[in-house]
Amino acid sequence: MKLMHCPLNGWRNVGEFVYGGEVTPTPAHDADPKAWADWVFMEDNTAGVVREWWFHSPSSYWFIAERDNVRDVVLRTYPPEEIFRERVDFSSEGASQ
Amino acid sequence: MALGLLKQGLRRKYKPQPVLPPRPELKSSYDVVIIGAGGHGLAAAYYLAKEHGITDIAVLDKGYLAGGNTARNTAIVRSNYLTPEGVRFYDESMKLWEGLSNEFDFNIQFSHRGHLTLAHADSTLRTMRWRAEVNKHMGVDSELIDPEDIRRLCPQLNLSEEARWPILGALYHPPGSTARHDAVAWGYAHGAAKRGVEIHQHTEVTGFRTEGDRVTEVETNRGRIRCGRVLQAVAGASSQVGAMAGLRLPIHTVPLQACVSIPMMPFLDPIIVSGTLHTYIWQTGRGELVMGGSSDPVPGYMTRSTLDFKESLMAHVMELFPFLGEVRLNRQWGGMTDMTPDFSPVMGETPLTNYYIDAGWGTWGFKATPVCGYRMAETVAKGTAPDILKPFRYERFDTFDQVGERGAASVGH
Repeated sequence: MKLMHCPLNGWRNVGEFVYGGEVTPTPAHDADPKAWADWVFMEDNTAGVVREWWFHSPSSYWFIAERDNVRDVVLRTYPPEEIFRERVDFSSEGASQ
Repeated sequence: MALGLLKQGLRRKYKPQPVLPPRPELKSSYDVVIIGAGGHGLAAAYYLAKEHGITDIAVLDKGYLAGGNTARNTAIVRSNYLTPEGVRFYDESMKLWEGLSNEFDFNIQFSHRGHLTLAHADSTLRTMRWRAEVNKHMGVDSELIDPEDIRRLCPQLNLSEEARWPILGALYHPPGSTARHDAVAWGYAHGAAKRGVEIHQHTEVTGFRTEGDRVTEVETNRGRIRCGRVLQAVAGASSQVGAMAGLRLPIHTVPLQACVSIPMMPFLDPIIVSGTLHTYIWQTGRGELVMGGSSDPVPGYMTRSTLDFKESLMAHVMELFPFLGEVRLNRQWGGMTDMTPDFSPVMGETPLTNYYIDAGWGTWGFKATPVCGYRMAETVAKGTAPDILKPFRYERFDTFDQVGERGAASVGH
């Protein structure tokens, strides 16, 4: 894998990209510490197709990639708006509702 | 002459002795099922039989004996870790290593080489001083030394102040050693088989049957086995096997590549490591340089070798040993490292009362082979983990009680 497709900048050298971890749903603000510990530390660590955060470093742009981590191929990259359609409310009032 | 040779060859005394008996038929039930016939699994089987008298054991492996990460590491043994818990654990391993050749009556080529971890920055020196003090407090031979001492131990190193990253000092660990990885696995396998342990290669675990919080049956591609207790020791596939038992682990698997040069005259005694330059290097008895670099930049299960890896590793190796510029590589490979958030393993009991785990061995698994086998055997035999393993328990992440060993990792991450 030498090139990667950035949804904002097109094909770029793979060295310009940084891996950012699995895309996983965040627990609710008031979830118990066990749920947060699970979210922080535990992983599915799937062998196969995974959905991950990636970062194009020169343009500071975060996006999502679907990658086969056994064959070492990126299948598709797209902007996060495809998944995150609404703003997340991080205020404690919003979280407890 | 020829007749004498023939007579000698036909004497009954010299019949070929297989190291392992042929693969037996799988029985319907075992006291202990060990998943993974690598160094760790075989060591646990060996000590269960030898120390605890438990011999009704099946060691299962989907591939062949010691063909996974036991065959893919760089065979370095040391105990100069950062936390007291880690130092205590790895030092017990060092003591077991020293006696293994005698114990097996088989030469595992264990040799004390001396281990130098180089510092190229003040912050590295600070962590090394910390490590040296923890090591000494725990009775481990470990010392921060200056460039003059390094020159005496390894005059081949480029100690010039004109280098891109001049060497400012090193953590010197005289007991640092190397061993023959295959010999260790085969030594344990032979010793276990001699005591009645069954080793089933090409036997893949496909699932578990549970009742309440107990595993009752292990399902394999050769049929079902009822089991008293199960030990999982499958570095590189820990999350997959764990998931079959309903366990989610604090692991992400990252490829780590290594390579070996053509054989050369012996010139390098100690093991040389540089975290800043992402390099570790030592010379084997037959003259090859074993070299490893940093982990791949992304997780995954890829066993290929990449040009990027060799480009960066060779650039760094030439910083340390400029005269190696014309040396050719002989072999290259990739292994799977199960990285944990705190760079420490996960060992002991799990929420399933008869299922024990030996996982999270990242880049530090080979050196722990004897102690992990010894202590996991004790855990399986008694049903509870001994004190030396308790800091590495599976539940430590729920209580935010990690054992941070990142500062003692040789591999750049």
